[in-house]
Amino acid sequence: MTRDQARAPIAEALEEYTSERVVPFDVPGHKHGRGNPELTAFLGERTMTLDVNSMKPLDNLCHPVSVIKEAEELAADAFGARAAFFMVGGTTSSVQAMVFTVAARGDKIIVPRNVHRSVINAMVLCGAVPVYVDPGAHEQLGIALGMTLADVEKAILQNPEAKAVFVNNPTYYGICSDLSGIVKLAHAHGMQVVVDEAHGTHLSFSDRLPVSAMAAGADMAAVSMHKSGGSLTQSAFLLVGGDSSEENRAPEISPAYVRQIINLTQTTSGSYLFLSSLDLSRKRLALQGKELFDKVIDMAEYAREEINGIGGYYAIGSELIDGKAICDFDKTKLVIHTLPIGLAGIEVYDLLRDEYDIQMEFGDFGNCLAYLSVGDRVRDLERLVGALSEIRRHFGKDPLVSLPNNYIAPIVALSPQEAFYADTEHVEFSSSVGRISAESIMCYPPGIPVLAPGEKITEEVLEYLRFAQEKGCQITGAEDSSLRTIRVVK
Amino acid sequence: MDLWFSEFHTPHVKLAISVDKQLYSGKSDFQQIDVFESPEFGRFLTLDGYMMLTQKDEFIYHEMMAHVPMCVHPNVKKVLIIGAGDGGVVRELVQYDCIEHIDVVEIDEDVVKVAKEYLPFTACGFDDPRVTCHFEDGLKYVRHHNNEYDLILVDSTDPFGPGEGLFTKEFYGNCYTALKEDGIMVNQNESPFYANDARAMQRAHKRIHANFPICRVYQAHIPTYPSGHWLFGFASKKYHPVRDMRAADWKALGIETKYYNTNLHRGAFALPNYVQKLLEAMEELPNNDTTNTLGGEKA
Repeated sequence: MTRDQARAPIAEALEEYTSERVVPFDVPGHKHGRGNPELTAFLGERTMTLDVNSMKPLDNLCHPVSVIKEAEELAADAFGARAAFFMVGGTTSSVQAMVFTVAARGDKIIVPRNVHRSVINAMVLCGAVPVYVDPGAHEQLGIALGMTLADVEKAILQNPEAKAVFVNNPTYYGICSDLSGIVKLAHAHGMQVVVDEAHGTHLSFSDRLPVSAMAAGADMAAVSMHKSGGSLTQSAFLLVGGDSSEENRAPEISPAYVRQIINLTQTTSGSYLFLSSLDLSRKRLALQGKELFDKVIDMAEYAREEINGIGGYYAIGSELIDGKAICDFDKTKLVIHTLPIGLAGIEVYDLLRDEYDIQMEFGDFGNCLAYLSVGDRVRDLERLVGALSEIRRHFGKDPLVSLPNNYIAPIVALSPQEAFYADTEHVEFSSSVGRISAESIMCYPPGIPVLAPGEKITEEVLEYLRFAQEKGCQITGAEDSSLRTIRVVK
Repeated sequence: MDLWFSEFHTPHVKLAISVDKQLYSGKSDFQQIDVFESPEFGRFLTLDGYMMLTQKDEFIYHEMMAHVPMCVHPNVKKVLIIGAGDGGVVRELVQYDCIEHIDVVEIDEDVVKVAKEYLPFTACGFDDPRVTCHFEDGLKYVRHHNNEYDLILVDSTDPFGPGEGLFTKEFYGNCYTALKEDGIMVNQNESPFYANDARAMQRAHKRIHANFPICRVYQAHIPTYPSGHWLFGFASKKYHPVRDMRAADWKALGIETKYYNTNLHRGAFALPNYVQKLLEAMEELPNNDTTNTLGGEKA
């Protein structure tokens, strides 16, 4: 970092603006909260005063020239990126912008099958076509893993015209692919690498964590500053990285073009609450990130040790790393495997909330996940560990076994866009073989889609879904959740 | 000089005590610690601005926490005290020869240091060779002990700040596990009078009731605590606090007390109607907890 990271240009400009007591004959119409007393009492006067719109001293999110531009340059510096963009439509908007930047209608993008739905939705909008790679699943834990370098290479060789490779860094569960290896490989084949770093904001600020997208040389990354970084919900960064060295045969991404892409869909009235929260959170991470995340890592390691000491539970850690589908592990993630105590992860999730007033991030069949970040305290982890030991004592049963998680290689017959806009009809699920699905059907565990819009329904898909349903897997996304009928392309 | 310590008991009520001087003020890793000298109450200790004890009325709290269970359990050998950094409860317990060992678990070592220097009238108990202090989180300590203690005393601060973990269902459950099969737990159970305290009292009772087959509440009058009407929880796996009390045995020990006596012991479990109602409302709530099928005692 070479810039003065103690600055927060947007927050500073807002301070200045509020001290000037400017008379507002502009939007928003609540006029510093005066026009809506109930909301002002609810959110606080300060919040309402800061809820203003673009104006000369506060710059303009669509075409930044002053304080937003400076703040974006500081963010780029903090994350080691060539350029950074402040995003106010959630990390989803960052993901969309990445897809729109690297692919036009008909262009292929290599993606892991467990990619976030925002990626497929972006493809519906722009007409790009996914090439799926099996992320593999952990047999005992029942969670999707990362793409192996060998599988990515196979996909690249089979689809040399693909424009980019999309990588999750890390997954929800903290699993990382060999990002540096994938970047090298993709660049050598003229493809760009775009990274969903929704769960990896903190990676840029610690040397005890897996490599970040920017450090690995990726071309773009979507960073959920609001997840582990401490900014307000719905605020995010979009980063542009990559270098134009000789081995990199991929075209360099132009930040000016990315700005145009973002402006296609982003609001022209970006919230200054979001923008200032990004600005101040970046400052905090840049100045204290290492120390803060050292604490988070230590807390997570401590909690893992204590939870594993209870007996039965398995809090997963770096021992899972195998150099392939689990190339690295994000140690801030506290994933607790619950099947050995005879309870599903979602049952433990419910018990913690209903009986012990502890809200977890997520529960699936085999695991539940505590999201640790800059705001956590050891004494709250003591409560979690204490409650887990109580749940085992009161509710523990004979161990459960993981559900099946076979991977079925999808046959992409139509692009997500063609399938989304096609005429469709409902048919009996049992007689749908050979048709093209207009629905997205996901199966938990392991949280990998079985069918996406545009994919051919095969005998294998049918059999697997029936089997998974019988075994108690949760089937999500289907219009008819009983799976008697399915919507297909006419 | 007109110098006063004041504490809000509700947003609309406060207690003010005239102060001669401040003897200590410091910030530990966990809280703000202050000791004052006052004409009416003598020395007093506050944590984060909340009254913990005064020289004048601390005997009421400490005697009622220690002697009630000691008069019920016939053979207490090993005791765990959580909180209690001032040493007052320890001072009461070391008078019993039957006790072989006392573990004191206090999260904030500074409280003990300050008490030893400024509050010798309570901290004197720490000098007994049977006492071992552990400076760690009570929730963590108790989780690592199983079927070990005859008596657990939870001398906590309030259900916010560093003491909040000591008001949780998981903590009371872990205490249940750390107790022997005839063990007793006594806890600071807040007050029934002001609405916020009453909610905390109800929550604590609900959570203890979910973990212990016998769960009763008793009261004492503590002038410097909000409303002056304060409650303790008596939770046990086997002994009833009144039916199983051994008044004659206890009297024979000849322990001198200023507040506690065996008649008062009986009377302390007789609660005002509105308090009974608040507690019973918590006992009737549906509860999935399996330990409760052992047969909850109704107040």
